[in-house]
Amino acid sequence: MSVHIFAASMRRILQQLRADRRTMVLIVAVPALLLTLLYFVYGGGPAFDQIALSLLGILPMLVMFLITSVAMLRERTGGTLERLFTTPLHRPDLLAGYGVAFGLAALVQSLVLITVSVWGLSLKTTGPIVWVLLIAFCAAAVGVATGLLASAFARTEFQAVQFMPLFIGPQVFLCGLFAPHASMPRVLQGLADALPMTYAVRALRAVGDQADPAGDVLRNVLVLAAFALGALALAATSMPRRTR
Amino acid sequence: MWLAPALRTVRLAPVRTETAIRVQGLDVALRGSDVLHDLAFEILRGAIVGLMGPSGAGKTTLMRAIVGAQRVKGGELRVLGHRPGTAELRHRVGYVTQGLSVYRDLTVQQNAEYFAALQGHSRASAMDAVAAVGLSDFARRRVDRLSGGQASRASLACALVGDPALLVLDEPTVGLDPVTREEIWQHLQGLAGQGTTILVSSHVMDEAARCDSVLLLRDGRLLAHLTPGQLLERTGGTSYDDAFLRLIRSGESM
Repeated sequence: MSVHIFAASMRRILQQLRADRRTMVLIVAVPALLLTLLYFVYGGGPAFDQIALSLLGILPMLVMFLITSVAMLRERTGGTLERLFTTPLHRPDLLAGYGVAFGLAALVQSLVLITVSVWGLSLKTTGPIVWVLLIAFCAAAVGVATGLLASAFARTEFQAVQFMPLFIGPQVFLCGLFAPHASMPRVLQGLADALPMTYAVRALRAVGDQADPAGDVLRNVLVLAAFALGALALAATSMPRRTR
Repeated sequence: MWLAPALRTVRLAPVRTETAIRVQGLDVALRGSDVLHDLAFEILRGAIVGLMGPSGAGKTTLMRAIVGAQRVKGGELRVLGHRPGTAELRHRVGYVTQGLSVYRDLTVQQNAEYFAALQGHSRASAMDAVAAVGLSDFARRRVDRLSGGQASRASLACALVGDPALLVLDEPTVGLDPVTREEIWQHLQGLAGQGTTILVSSHVMDEAARCDSVLLLRDGRLLAHLTPGQLLERTGGTSYDDAFLRLIRSGESM
């Protein structure tokens, strides 16, 4: 891994993001708009607080998964990845470049989302809200990493978009947003425990319920980080330098 | 003409006796089926070598093997004295894949600067490469807002950063108008004059005339490796297309 090549790749990916203003606006504004819509659906109150808090982790993961898988697919199908591999670039340089560049975008997105939720939609949490920023960032990192991995299984951008319900759908159903973890059948509980979004929602719930959620948050955030690194390692093996 | 001033400066004549690419008994398989069979040829440094043949002949596979993107099944392949794809070669080989392998949503300059950074070269050398393909006036324009020929040249510029010893170009002139093709070929000839070895594929047989020698590939086998003059002479063909067809029909290897 070369710091120089990683930094150049990150810069290039950020330049691409900046060149596509519409995508940037969608990344930053759409989750906040969705939460606002939900606020009026529920008319605010505790029911909204609980769902909105979970969404602060779910939405960044979802959005980042989607844009990363399409961006990486373009790199694979456009010939640029093959070309990059004939240069001194190594896979971790590129993967880290994507991770950090989109991670920064996710951070901006989360900041806007949290600001809108707390000051605009008067979201209440028992614990300090800053933890939510860390959790949202880690959830987004998982989205980026699994998005990079998912791009290996898609041949076209249509397919990449279709992977979203496959990768993200079960996680949303099982993460505890619709039904509490404890009330699900054992098999589904086991499945939920194997999926990263569950840990994001657990960490967020801890912030919602506990005055000092540091322990629970950090434990779950570590699991999220492990998922992200695991997916990145798998993604690296899914892009061999040489065709067999 | 858009030939950069730098290219017009006279340098010492390159030594043409060194081997740039040596291939011996090369076999390459793609997903289990053999694509290239027992190829053997040698390319000298500073030569422009055309890789010609119909679609599906294995031109791209051979180029990918040379740049280290394709695993080799058997035989020997040495590029500038090294095995393909080694760390040393990644600084010395420029590769342009089929189609536009640049970031279309970035400007010419941003693309060139990225590829320069990957090679550890300065921004100035990126701009030199952009100037060398005559795109200085378009450096700040996004690639997807350039004409087809300009975009091809932008892609070429990214391969030229840092003066690689070997350029591998997969159909750089496909789909371009005659004027732009002429410009690209002039530019390649200028580079070869400075000692850069260039392997360039094409299925436009007339482009053989631009090369020092031509590798004729068909169904994964090397039909011939000869100079354009020899190709016409030995087949008695009236044009390069005709010569190639005659060569295939006669089925003989030269």
